[in-house]
Amino acid sequence: MSQALVLVAHGSHLNPDSSTPTYEHADTIRDTGAFDEVATGFWKEEPSLREVLRTVESDEVYVVPLFISEGYFTEQVIPRELRLDEWDVADWDSDGISADVATYTAEDTGQTVHYCGPVGTHRTMTDVIVRRAETVTDDPAVGEGFGVAVVGHGTERNENSAKAIQYHADRVRDTGRFSEVRDLYMDEDPEVDDVTDFFEVTDVVVVPLFVADGYHTKEDIPEDMGLTDDYRTGYEVPETVDGHQIWYAGAVGTEPLLADVALERAADAGADVGSAVADVREATQVAAADGGGDHASAGEGRADDGRAGTEADD
Amino acid sequence: MDDRQFDALVAAASDAAVPDDRPGVDFDGLRVDQTDDGFSFETPETTATGLSRGELRDRADDSPYVRNWFFWEWTVRSHDSPRRAFCRRAEGAPVVADASDDADGFDGDADEGDTDGSDADSDTESHSVPERDAALREGMVTEWGQLRIEARLAADGTRRYEVRHVDEADADPQTLTAHDDPLDAREIAERDARDRYRPLKTAPTLAGGWRFPDLDWQGLARTVETFYPATVANWYREQTGELDVDHWRDTVGRQSGIYGVVKTWDRGEGYDHVNWVAEACCDDSQCVKRREWQYDDETDLDVDGGDGAFPCREPCSVVVAAARKWTRLESEVPETYEFELTPSEKQQLEATLDAVADGRVDEIREADVKDDANRYRARFLRAKLFDDDGNLGGVPTDQPEG
Repeated sequence: MSQALVLVAHGSHLNPDSSTPTYEHADTIRDTGAFDEVATGFWKEEPSLREVLRTVESDEVYVVPLFISEGYFTEQVIPRELRLDEWDVADWDSDGISADVATYTAEDTGQTVHYCGPVGTHRTMTDVIVRRAETVTDDPAVGEGFGVAVVGHGTERNENSAKAIQYHADRVRDTGRFSEVRDLYMDEDPEVDDVTDFFEVTDVVVVPLFVADGYHTKEDIPEDMGLTDDYRTGYEVPETVDGHQIWYAGAVGTEPLLADVALERAADAGADVGSAVADVREATQVAAADGGGDHASAGEGRADDGRAGTEADD
Repeated sequence: MDDRQFDALVAAASDAAVPDDRPGVDFDGLRVDQTDDGFSFETPETTATGLSRGELRDRADDSPYVRNWFFWEWTVRSHDSPRRAFCRRAEGAPVVADASDDADGFDGDADEGDTDGSDADSDTESHSVPERDAALREGMVTEWGQLRIEARLAADGTRRYEVRHVDEADADPQTLTAHDDPLDAREIAERDARDRYRPLKTAPTLAGGWRFPDLDWQGLARTVETFYPATVANWYREQTGELDVDHWRDTVGRQSGIYGVVKTWDRGEGYDHVNWVAEACCDDSQCVKRREWQYDDETDLDVDGGDGAFPCREPCSVVVAAARKWTRLESEVPETYEFELTPSEKQQLEATLDAVADGRVDEIREADVKDDANRYRARFLRAKLFDDDGNLGGVPTDQPEG
C-alpha cells in the first residue's frame, strides 16, 4: 500500500516567499524516503487544494496543513477544497489546539485521506521554536540569560490563534531552559510593540509563530518593535532596543525543523515514517562548535516583495 | 535486442510471467504466444507460428514492435496512469486505448487517443508502431503549454526525453543551462524573464535559458507536472471522458470568507460579466490552459476557451480573487461626467488602455511619439487635462448629487 504526504499551505499571488518554506519542508521529507510521494498544494498557488490529490497516485494520503492554528482554513476551506465531503469538525474532537486526525474517502479521487491537524498546534512545534532560538543566536545551548517571546497574530480572526501561542509559550517556559518566556500579540495585549517592557533580561529572542515570511513578519513586527523605522532599510540581529538585545527570528515556519512536525503529524495519523523523524531532527540541528547553521538570512530584515505576505493576502 | 529483453519477451509469452486471463504478449499490434508447437509471432505485417526459441529471436531482433512492447509493457507498465498516457502522447501513441486487452482492435494507425474528436490535441495524432519507431530515432516533438518535449529512442529501446522552452527549439544547447532534477522546474517557473513573480504557473510568461536534456519517462512526467501542476492529471481525465468541470456558478457558489461576496455579482441579469472575466483572465494570451468551464452547465460563455493542450476545469484562485475586486467595483452605479476631448485624445486614451491590457507598455520606444501609448504622449495629456488633484478634465470623481 503506497502512502503519500501532502503539505497544504496558503501561498500567495503576490509574494513568492510565501510558498518557499512549504517547498523546502517537502524536499526535506522527500529526501527521507519515508513516503512514496510528497506533494504540495496551495490555496493561492498551484496545484490548488482542489486538484492536489490527483497529483499523487498513492492510496493512502496524509494531508498536513502548514497553518498555525485551527480555524477558518483548517476547518472550512481545506476540507471543502479537498472534497472531503464527510468532513465534520467534530471528528477532530478538538478543544481548539488538540486536533489530531480525521480520516475520509476523498469524493474526488477515492483515496483514503488522513486529514491531520495543523503543524502549529502540534506539541513538537515547541521544539521548533526552541530550535529557532538556537539558529538565530547560532548557539545550540542558548537559554540561560535569554528571554523568548512567542508572537502571534492575536484573536482578530479566531480565539484558537491565541490559544496556540499560549500553549507553546507555556511549553517553552516549562522546559526551564530560558530565563523568561512571554506570549505577545500583534493586535491585542500584551502587544509585541512593547516587547522590551515585558523582559528583565537583556537578550530576548523574538519568534513569530507564522508559517512563512510576509508582510507581518518582515514589515509590521520589525517596525512595531522598533528594530527599524523602515523595514526596507533592514536591521541587525541582534538589534539594540531600549537597552535590550532583540534577536528577531522571523517566521518560525522557515525553520528547517518544521519538516519534523509535519512528519510527526503524519506518524500520529498512522503513517509509517520509519526513522525519518529522528533523521530530520539530526540533519537540521545547529552545529555545536563552528556555528554555521542556516540562519544567515535571518540577519537581513529585508522584504523585497513589498507589502505582500501570506497573512495579509488571503 | 539484448538477452534481457528477449528473456522478458519469452517470459511474457509463456503464461508464467503474466497474471492475466490471457497469457502471451498482446500489445500495440504485437502478439507473441507460446504453444505446444513453439512460439507464434504476429504483427500487422507478418504472422509466423511454430517458431523455435532461436527463430523467435530472429523475428524479435530489431522488431520495432518488440522494442515498443518492451518499453511500454516491461519498463513503464503503470497502466491507466496519467503519467504513462502523457509519455504515450509524447510519441504520438494512442493514450487511452493502449491496454493490452484492447489490442485486438488496434490496426496500427488507429486514433483512439483522440476520443473526443476535438482538435485540442491535433499535434499528437497517433502513428503506427514502425512509424513511431523510425520517428523516435530522429526525435519526436510535442508541445505542452510553453514546453517543447522531444522524445528519442535510447540505445536499449527505451526512451529519453528533452524538455526546453518552445521558443528555444533552435537554440544551441550549449547556451541553455542543463538540469536533471525535475524539481528544478519550480525555481525556473517562479519568475518571468524580467524577474517578476509568476503567481499563475500556466501564464504564458515562462522564462527560457534552460533545458532538461536527458529525462526518463518518470522524470519527464514529474518535470512537466512541476512546471504545470495537475495539468497531466486533468488532461488524462479529459482523455478518458472523466474530466470534472466546475462552472463559474459552481465555483463562486462555494466561496466563503472574503470571497463569499463574489456570488452576489450574479444578479440573474445574464452573464456578460463572466464573459468579461474570461476575456480578461483566460484568453490564450494570459493562460495556456484551455478554458472548459462556462457560466453554468446549461449556459456557455460567448468567448473562446482557447487552444491549450490541457484543460482548465474551473475558475482558478487568480480569477476568483480578481472577481472579488470586480464584484465591488461593478456594484457602483454609473455617473455622467462631462469633459471635452479631441478625437485624437479619445483615441489616445483607448490606445493607452489597450497597451496596458496587452502588456505592450514596455515595447513602446521612448521617443516613438507616434505611438498613442507613448510615455511622453501620456505625460503631455496628463499635464493638459488633469487638475492639481488628478481629476480628468478638472471634473471631480465624487460628484454632488444631482
